[in-house]
Amino acid sequence: MINLTINKLPVQVNEGETVLEAAHKLGIDIPTLCHLKSTGGCHIESKTGSCRVCVVEIDGRPNLAPSCCTPATEGMKVITSSLRVINARRTMLDLLLSDHPKDCLTCEKSGDCKLQDLASTFGLHRIKYKGEMSKHEIDVSSEAIVRDPNKCIMCRRCEVACNEIQTVGVLSGIGRGFNAVVGPADLRPLSETKCTYCGRCVAACPTGALTEVDHTYKTWNAINSGKAVVVQTAPAVRVALGEAFGMEPGSITTGKMVTALRMMGFAKVFDTDFSADLTIMEETTEFIERLKSGKNLPILTSCCPGWVKFFEHQFKDLMHIPSTCKSPQQMFGAIAKTYYAKKIGVKPEDMIVVSVMPCLAKKYEAAREEFNASGNRDVDIVITTRELAAMIKEAGIAFDHLPESQYDDPLGESTGAGVIFGATGGVLEAALRTAADWVTGKDLKEIDFTAVRGLDGIKEATVKVGDVEVNAAIASGLGNARQLLEKIRRGEAKYHIIEIMACPGGCLNGGGQPYSDGKCEDILTKRMQAIYKDDKNSKIRKSHLNPSIQKLYAEFLGKPCGEMSHKLLHTHYHGRENV
Amino acid sequence: MIDTPAKLNSHAEKLAKAKAKTGSTILVSLGTCGIAAGGRPIQEKLVAEAAARKAEIEIVEVGCMGLCHSEPTLEVINNSTGKSVIYGNVKLDQVPAIIETASKGIEAASCEVLKPSWFYPEDNETATAERIQARIVLKNTGKINPEIIDQYLAVKGYQALSKAVHEMTSQQVIDTIIESGLRGRGGGGFPTGKKWAFAAAQKNDQKFVLCNADEGDPGAFMDRAVLEGDPHSVLEAMAITGYAINSNTGIIYIRAEYPLAVKRLEIAIEQAKKLGLLGDNILGSKFCFDIQIKYGAGAFVCGEETALIHSVEGKRGEPTVKPPFPAIQGLWKKPTVVNNVETFANVCAIIRNGAAWFKKIGTAGSPGTKVFALAGKVKKVGLVEVPMGTTLRQIIFTVGGGIMNDRKFKAVQTGGPSGGCIKFDQIDTEIDYESLKRLGSMMGSGGMIVMDEDDCMVNVAKFFLEFTLDESCGKCTPCRIGNKRLFEMLTRICDGRGTMQTIQDLKDLSYTIKDTALCGLGQTSPNPVLSTIAQFENEYLGHIKDKRCEAGVCKSLLKFEINEKCVGCTLCARNCPASCITGSVKQRHSIDQNKCLKCGVCMEVCKFHAVERK
Amino acid sequence: MSCPITSKAELAKLSPAKAEELDGFLTSLPLTEDREKNRGFLIQSLHKAQEIFTYLPSVVQIHVANRLGLHLAEVNGVISFYSYFTDKPVGKYKINICTGTACFVKGADKLVDEFQRYLGLKVGETGTDGKFSLINLRCVGACSMAPVVMVNERVYGKVTTKMVPEIISDCK
Repeated sequence: MINLTINKLPVQVNEGETVLEAAHKLGIDIPTLCHLKSTGGCHIESKTGSCRVCVVEIDGRPNLAPSCCTPATEGMKVITSSLRVINARRTMLDLLLSDHPKDCLTCEKSGDCKLQDLASTFGLHRIKYKGEMSKHEIDVSSEAIVRDPNKCIMCRRCEVACNEIQTVGVLSGIGRGFNAVVGPADLRPLSETKCTYCGRCVAACPTGALTEVDHTYKTWNAINSGKAVVVQTAPAVRVALGEAFGMEPGSITTGKMVTALRMMGFAKVFDTDFSADLTIMEETTEFIERLKSGKNLPILTSCCPGWVKFFEHQFKDLMHIPSTCKSPQQMFGAIAKTYYAKKIGVKPEDMIVVSVMPCLAKKYEAAREEFNASGNRDVDIVITTRELAAMIKEAGIAFDHLPESQYDDPLGESTGAGVIFGATGGVLEAALRTAADWVTGKDLKEIDFTAVRGLDGIKEATVKVGDVEVNAAIASGLGNARQLLEKIRRGEAKYHIIEIMACPGGCLNGGGQPYSDGKCEDILTKRMQAIYKDDKNSKIRKSHLNPSIQKLYAEFLGKPCGEMSHKLLHTHYHGRENV
Repeated sequence: MIDTPAKLNSHAEKLAKAKAKTGSTILVSLGTCGIAAGGRPIQEKLVAEAAARKAEIEIVEVGCMGLCHSEPTLEVINNSTGKSVIYGNVKLDQVPAIIETASKGIEAASCEVLKPSWFYPEDNETATAERIQARIVLKNTGKINPEIIDQYLAVKGYQALSKAVHEMTSQQVIDTIIESGLRGRGGGGFPTGKKWAFAAAQKNDQKFVLCNADEGDPGAFMDRAVLEGDPHSVLEAMAITGYAINSNTGIIYIRAEYPLAVKRLEIAIEQAKKLGLLGDNILGSKFCFDIQIKYGAGAFVCGEETALIHSVEGKRGEPTVKPPFPAIQGLWKKPTVVNNVETFANVCAIIRNGAAWFKKIGTAGSPGTKVFALAGKVKKVGLVEVPMGTTLRQIIFTVGGGIMNDRKFKAVQTGGPSGGCIKFDQIDTEIDYESLKRLGSMMGSGGMIVMDEDDCMVNVAKFFLEFTLDESCGKCTPCRIGNKRLFEMLTRICDGRGTMQTIQDLKDLSYTIKDTALCGLGQTSPNPVLSTIAQFENEYLGHIKDKRCEAGVCKSLLKFEINEKCVGCTLCARNCPASCITGSVKQRHSIDQNKCLKCGVCMEVCKFHAVERK
Repeated sequence: MSCPITSKAELAKLSPAKAEELDGFLTSLPLTEDREKNRGFLIQSLHKAQEIFTYLPSVVQIHVANRLGLHLAEVNGVISFYSYFTDKPVGKYKINICTGTACFVKGADKLVDEFQRYLGLKVGETGTDGKFSLINLRCVGACSMAPVVMVNERVYGKVTTKMVPEIISDCK
């Protein structure tokens, strides 16, 4: 243990802990900007020490020291709020603001911006050191992410997220000196890179330099268009939406969410959990076939578009092993515009499908050229949990006072297996529940495969499915995915099935969820617990026992992996350049 | 193969015996400057001439003698008497006379004779009134052919390494360096032995010795001279360092702009390896040490040790926070000692002669010597190596010969972009690390630029900030944005748009940048600003209050006017690049101030002193 | 262009001989699966590539990245950091005006102005005819000959503004 004093108050910390952490123990919150640390399911650590906002006086050191990356030492004497320190912090903020666009009012990040918060805390109303500002082009080339280098403060969090956590490798510091920013090679548009749109960079960015593409206005327009507008909601949305309204993290807001969506004007409110069950039907069939033939193993899940783009760019040689199933979002769209449209006598071109997702890559996925099985865009618009919250507020709806409602039929009924898609390991567990029943021909009661649950980045488990010992692996976070993929490449993988999600922790930690800025561990665990609670409380907990799903096959699809399914619910992948 | 100390000593003795006792040796200074000044053709002609006359003269290509002001230079040594004479500004047509007189053992009357102002402490020489420069670092530079290892071996080369690996323990080597008081010559002034001790104390299977040969300070060329003229002294020292800290790998990080130095290092490494003085089982001991060369690619900030390390790792040269210090966690997270070329160039002499010998030279707090690159408005630009404690006056006026064109001394700038300016009334300061800091400057790597009355000190500060802006890595807020703002404020002042508040803002921001920047570059970048404001406040006030640049440099504050002395010869109008001078023949001309570029050409060409600069 | 074979083919479109030379150099390096160790060879690889191609276009960057197992963004990040490397074509004659301190006090800025005016180029630009590039150099260490101008490898010392036309005409 190390003993030091902060502002003359004694405190004890472990070896290796920083002055910032020591101060936190005393309830002293030294302001930070570029520092980011969280553990648990979303381990990310970025302490470049570059913003210099967290500087403190340390006795014996001639200059101020950055508290976020200075290890505490025995007998250290720290002052966190002398005039000298406060002046230094103000000057840092002044300098940052002097080179920052002043469009807070209309900035996508207003209200969630750390720089804005600090300026407000420090009462900075006048910039002393005015001068030239950086001039870069804003990148609006993609469907999912907007890059505004003029708001980049060189905190390097996005770089850490992209290169070290996700290992996608799209971002780097570019240039030198005043004009240096973080961006893709040559500061080219994101759409010309191997960016997976996973959105970890957006989640990490403390300012408005990286934000999502806003589709809220498009959604309002759609609702007012006179067409049949239906909406689907992903499992992870319901356990996080409440956070935007001050509710406890882990509140299950499904009922209120459905009510709000109806109030907003959606004709029908459906559930992506339904199409998650559908995905399980198709994918488990595919899996069992491969298990029997022993070919193209391990099967890799393919419902995460960030993950799909990752292997299209960087693991093209393994493109024969992911499942050919579309994601629940896309399966929903295809079914809505064929099966459902027919049912209500609406032409596909007169129906608009909106999906609410915890994810940024879903915006890109919906726009993928090949996803028009219905003859039109299967999914027209994707909005994130954050955007939905904003629209609810825009509509003046008092969310936490709303009564609960039910989803519409026939695409609103789902099982516990569908909702657990939102957590890492959930897709796998749902598949195992169905596989176990199908292989044994029984209706098994032991369906809590707890071995595959939890926020660890890589999990391995051997599960008995009937007589078969299935070796399973789960990875969340693309860096972890890479580890497994390289194992496969080297021929060392003895797995049969691998679930991969691009976001550490799974969709509940998606790029479109309410910002949790480094306070990850608690929030993620709470969201995860909510998901499994929802599953436990579900009437039906196995996808193949969903009556609406059974009806869909009986009336329309025939059998899983049959001709109709292949036409509407399966896809193929494209090798892309590794730049 | 030289695989025992005995073989090394006997080889040196053999070389001493084989040394010519008759005839002459002519050393031709062929560092980068010498070559650029035309030294190569002179060397070739000397060889041809000597051969034609069948003269008993050996022509040897050596490194820089430090007499850059008079390149091409050469030294003629009489082998029997040992007496020598140095000629400067040598011309091709003087070659026959040089060969002729060398054979006869006399001086060539037609040549310009230079008096060397240095002595060699290692040969137990002491200072005289004329010889105040003490050559330890530059002992062999300009004396030996760096591409022939025998010439280095003949002057006790590799004997320090031999002593270290065969007669001393690693700890004893470290203790000797600590005892000697040697401090980092790159500018930091950190006790070298202490740094080695930190690294030695780390338990790790791999450690590195890094030589900082980036020499990015504009106006500094000391390291280049050593690497081009005496590369083995650095290699030997690195090996000794490796022995001290238990490392087997040395890396020289050298800027890409020094191709000749790279070439000479590569040759030296190869020759040393061949003889078993580098590589496996050095001098027959168990100690192995290999040296690689890595290139910089044009980034001044890579002179900072953590940035240098990241550059060697193949990354952007962005410094990282310290602690952890490189001695604990450096290259690829292994313990690493980073030292400057000049620091290394002291090591062998200290090991050979002992710590006490070294401490006798210099001051108590800063033992030894320092090499300065004296440049600017001084008569004799060149390399100057003096004991610490020598005064600035001695360097500039005694060795440097005073101000060019008999203009007035205004300031001397030390420490490059991290340093400050020192005025005439401080010129008797005895130089060491602390004294320069007290004057608001710093030692830096040894650049020393002399300025005269024609230099505007505000513009000088602006120049250094412009450099810093270009070279700042951009990582931390104060340096990236703060220095830009300092530069903008200085530009405003030079353009006549500054106010008294500007000076206050400059000071406030400068202090904050110094206090918060992540690395040495940012922490010292405001020094030129603070130093010139403190020392030359009147110039700042002149720019602000009177809108006047006393030195006549800041263009926006200049006005060129044609007075009544004009006879209308039209010469100025015809030469004006902006075509802004009007007037008919034999009539007084006038300058359109709106179009005037302030280039001063009109004033230069006017034969009648009719153009005034206000 | 995602694997070394395809990126080499793209490079060969620029010049088969140069592609072969660069690839040969990269093959001579002790590269392994360890990208961090490979990264240690990046800067010398870029020096070599620039020596061969005179500048570093995207196809070259991609090939070097592929061979070393690095991401294009990392390679580009390094290139954009160091002054030596350029991703734009350079002129046949690189006019480097030293603007180190010693040259500065001897009037290097007047030389910069004059070269800019005479060539009609700003510092950092290359003429459209591809003949001249005007570059600011940071100290070559030839301070005794200040102010210094280097045209490719040739060093001109004690340069005055009057010498500018002569220096330019030396460039045939």
